[in-house]
Amino acid sequence: MKLTDISGDINEWFNGSGPLSEIVISSRIRLARNIAGYKFLSRCTVAEKSEILKKLRDILVSLELGDEIFYLAVDKTPVLDRHLLVERHLISRHHAFGKGPRGAVIAQRESFTAMINEEDHLRIQTLKGGLQLAQCAERINRIDDMIEQRIDYAFSPRYGYLTACPTNLGTGIRVSVMLHLPALKMTGQIEKFLNASKDMGLAVRGLFGEGTEAAGDFYQLSNQVSLGVSEAEVVAQFENVIIPEIVGYENAARKQLLSKEPDILDDKISRAMALLRNAQLISSQEALFLLSHLRMGINMHERMGVSTPAIKKLCDISAAGGKVDKPGSLSITTINRLFMLTQPAHLQLNCGKTLDAAHRDILRAKIIRSALNG
Amino acid sequence: MQCQVCQKKEATIHLTEITDGVRSEMHLCEHCAQEEGIAVKSQLSINELLSGLLATQPSDDEMLGGAEQEKACPNCGFTLAQFTKEAVLGCPNDYEVFEKSLLPLIEKAHDGKTVHRGKVPSKTPKDTKKQMKLAALRQQLEAAVQSEDYELAAKLRDEISQKG
Ligand SMILES: [Zn+2]
Ligand SMILES: [Zn+2]
Repeated sequence: MKLTDISGDINEWFNGSGPLSEIVISSRIRLARNIAGYKFLSRCTVAEKSEILKKLRDILVSLELGDEIFYLAVDKTPVLDRHLLVERHLISRHHAFGKGPRGAVIAQRESFTAMINEEDHLRIQTLKGGLQLAQCAERINRIDDMIEQRIDYAFSPRYGYLTACPTNLGTGIRVSVMLHLPALKMTGQIEKFLNASKDMGLAVRGLFGEGTEAAGDFYQLSNQVSLGVSEAEVVAQFENVIIPEIVGYENAARKQLLSKEPDILDDKISRAMALLRNAQLISSQEALFLLSHLRMGINMHERMGVSTPAIKKLCDISAAGGKVDKPGSLSITTINRLFMLTQPAHLQLNCGKTLDAAHRDILRAKIIRSALNG
Repeated sequence: MQCQVCQKKEATIHLTEITDGVRSEMHLCEHCAQEEGIAVKSQLSINELLSGLLATQPSDDEMLGGAEQEKACPNCGFTLAQFTKEAVLGCPNDYEVFEKSLLPLIEKAHDGKTVHRGKVPSKTPKDTKKQMKLAALRQQLEAAVQSEDYELAAKLRDEISQKG
């Protein structure tokens, strides 16, 4: 696979479809596994790492997944390509820029990926658009079963699957849901959400960019406890309790904005639109914040059936460039494409050359203008 | 909102607990929360967990059996000092070698739980699976007794005696 085959479009799980996708961007489930009879990676020699890599790669590329499977030797992949994989959430930053022999497997249109020799020997994950954790869980369990037919995992009856860091012990499961919560932010209630998440023992991270400060109001919520609970319990908590509740809060905040402060809402959306349609230079941080407001406006119109003058105007603009669902209207898919394709590595790979930050800001602004000025 | 224990002071501590998918809330003032022995739970990073581990003094028991702090894993040569620096273990064997020191950390990281209750590889011997199921049931029983859910406790006791 050449990365330029995928870098020109968004991945399937990011296309704005799936249950509750007006708020839930995507669902992801990861399992951490290690092979029995080997040390954890911190104590492995390069030769041992190569041996583990070969073993796992051979198993993974021969899995019957009903789709093409791509393998990448991450340590031998150009730096820009590695950035691209991180921007697409296919591998972790830690894996992209770590040390030693390591690999990545990508399959089923980027909805299944595996990292070999990250922190654990093997980390496998499934991704889907919207809130579809049960489907992710079913699929990752099936793939895990297939791998386990061919290899012995390090497992203890007391502690379950043994992981390099005790925080992943037991099931090795990490459920992550990516959320778009602009109205909670605008109404000043985001702290409440963050505190409640902490009380429930959940980890919150920003989805784009580094650090915990969420850019563009995107948050990633994950479980921390992986021992003493079953996989099904963790998944059910997220799918039936935690996420529906947060979605309820965000929806209520959106309705509150509409009924109590439609002028503020209109102002935010009009300004975002005016800036994005006219800027000649735009940083990725600024683009994220502004696109976030457009995303909320369009979703309010299309999914919640509500509008303000600015939202209506926004949705009437015909979009060029992107794949437009309905002619003459700006779609969520167009906005999502802009989120993905205006990230630094995407910009550079798609134009075929390396660009410094200033030139990236020019190109980013140009791509956004041409998509929004239909 | 009023504290639900003293009904006087303002509730500043709000706890949400989810047990088997059922959600319950508690609203307490700071004073009552301390009285109830509920420390305000905040996210613990691995570094905080590790610094806690460093601070623990070896017990008499450990002194007799050779303190884990002094030990190196016979399989990979790993020591606890290295763990506190790197935050990852050296090999699966380390969970046994350093069990006494790691257990409090595991307990903290996993909300008090220390026994696996999830998927088991299909190759695991039948007998091991049965032992695990029993251990998990005993853990559930303990929790049921603690939360005074005697109906559930009775049910679990029956199940344990049938399997045992
Ligand atoms: Zn009180
Ligand atoms: Zn060891």
